[in-house]
Amino acid sequence: MGLVIVGASLAGLRAAESARRSGWDGDITLIGAEEHLPYDRPPLSKSQLDRGTPDAVVPLRSRAELDELGVTTLLGSPATGLDTTGRTVLVGETAVPYDALIVATGATPFQLPGAAGLAGVTGLRTHAEAVAVRRALDEGARTVVIGAGFIGSEIASAARKRGLPATIVERLDVPLSRSLGPEPGEICADLHRAAGTDLRLGVGVSGLESAGGRVTGVVLDDGTAVPADLVVVGIGVRPATGWLEESPVALHDGDRGVLCSATLATSVSGAWAAGDVAHFPNSRFEGDLMRLEHWTNAAEQGALAARNAVAAPGVAPEFLDTIPYFWSDWYGHRLQFVGTPRADQVVTLGPRGPGAIVLYRRGTQLAGVLTIDRPRDIMKFRRLVMEPGSWEEALFQAKERVEAAV
Amino acid sequence: MRIDVDRSRCEGLGMCEAMAHEFFEVGDDGFVVVRDDSPAEGQRSFVRAAIDSCPVSALSLRD
Repeated sequence: MGLVIVGASLAGLRAAESARRSGWDGDITLIGAEEHLPYDRPPLSKSQLDRGTPDAVVPLRSRAELDELGVTTLLGSPATGLDTTGRTVLVGETAVPYDALIVATGATPFQLPGAAGLAGVTGLRTHAEAVAVRRALDEGARTVVIGAGFIGSEIASAARKRGLPATIVERLDVPLSRSLGPEPGEICADLHRAAGTDLRLGVGVSGLESAGGRVTGVVLDDGTAVPADLVVVGIGVRPATGWLEESPVALHDGDRGVLCSATLATSVSGAWAAGDVAHFPNSRFEGDLMRLEHWTNAAEQGALAARNAVAAPGVAPEFLDTIPYFWSDWYGHRLQFVGTPRADQVVTLGPRGPGAIVLYRRGTQLAGVLTIDRPRDIMKFRRLVMEPGSWEEALFQAKERVEAAV
Repeated sequence: MRIDVDRSRCEGLGMCEAMAHEFFEVGDDGFVVVRDDSPAEGQRSFVRAAIDSCPVSALSLRD
């Protein structure tokens, strides 16, 4: 028996590596729904949409490296159930026994109702989907992105980079206003407009037009229609936990993510969770329950969950107290965020556009920072996040930085 | 032991600076600058963790 990791992406791979680094010498089995070895996802909506990108998957670790690490893979075969009493993961007809289990199944994009089976409509989560989007762009697709989130914005950016028409349809009046706040959301909207992306705000999608099984347009709920050869749906994701619904593993009432403690232990013994699938209380942010869909989070949680999963009995578990961090690239601009946007006040300094620094205050502390095109500055602010009384210092530093000669 | 940067890979994401700002800093041009490329014995595991955190594997340690 041994360590079984369900989910063969970044969190799962880091879990396997971390278990070995911690001295685990038992079996490690990595189970994945996709047929590929673990690969990196951030480039899927960035460089991999560029013309001329090869179709082949470049895995994070080669088969030979995984062999050397002693990792057995079971790919192209999603887990279908979990028996916590018998400690087995069900993969179709196959039962895979475990001593320790790590749930790292990630999340699945929400689909647009009525889009099933229609060519030219896709999400963007997997390598195959990135290839489909790139091929459509190669053919000069008129692109409509549904949802003005970070990945959707990167896809619009990829279309505009090639000079192709891009439209973003967003139900909110200001993009990202719920996650970043209204003023930063306006700054994001202006980045789209400046790049020539047609931003349709405060409007939903009522249907798709098609001909011969291919999408030809998106109908908005104000009655207008936007012609489209490619529709990318970016309206959020749901934790991929359908296979756990019949198990006693406690899931979140809202999104059905896995509820974890700060050690990433699930509600059942012998099972941990990591990555996009996991809710955890973050002690650095007053115990806020967080579920993060960030690269850095998947890497960090995969490693920590595995260290706790393979720790010798009696060894105190490690606690997660992480500062969230993510980045996104739009139209040649770099957006970076550290900390949390859940705040009492949001203050924007500097230009309302590239060069902006947005500070998020919680009590007397800096809770989060958004920067646009300030790669040198962002990590300086990270050191102030949730430090007692750091707000005034953060304001001072931000003013200094925006006033410094560019 | 020395820290190597592959500038063709570096995207200036700053994870290394987040983990070990005594050794790494992202510059205005969006590339990492190594502030101290020869970590002392006692700091190597710390620097190693920062190197391993790079999302684009642009950093390595050389003996």
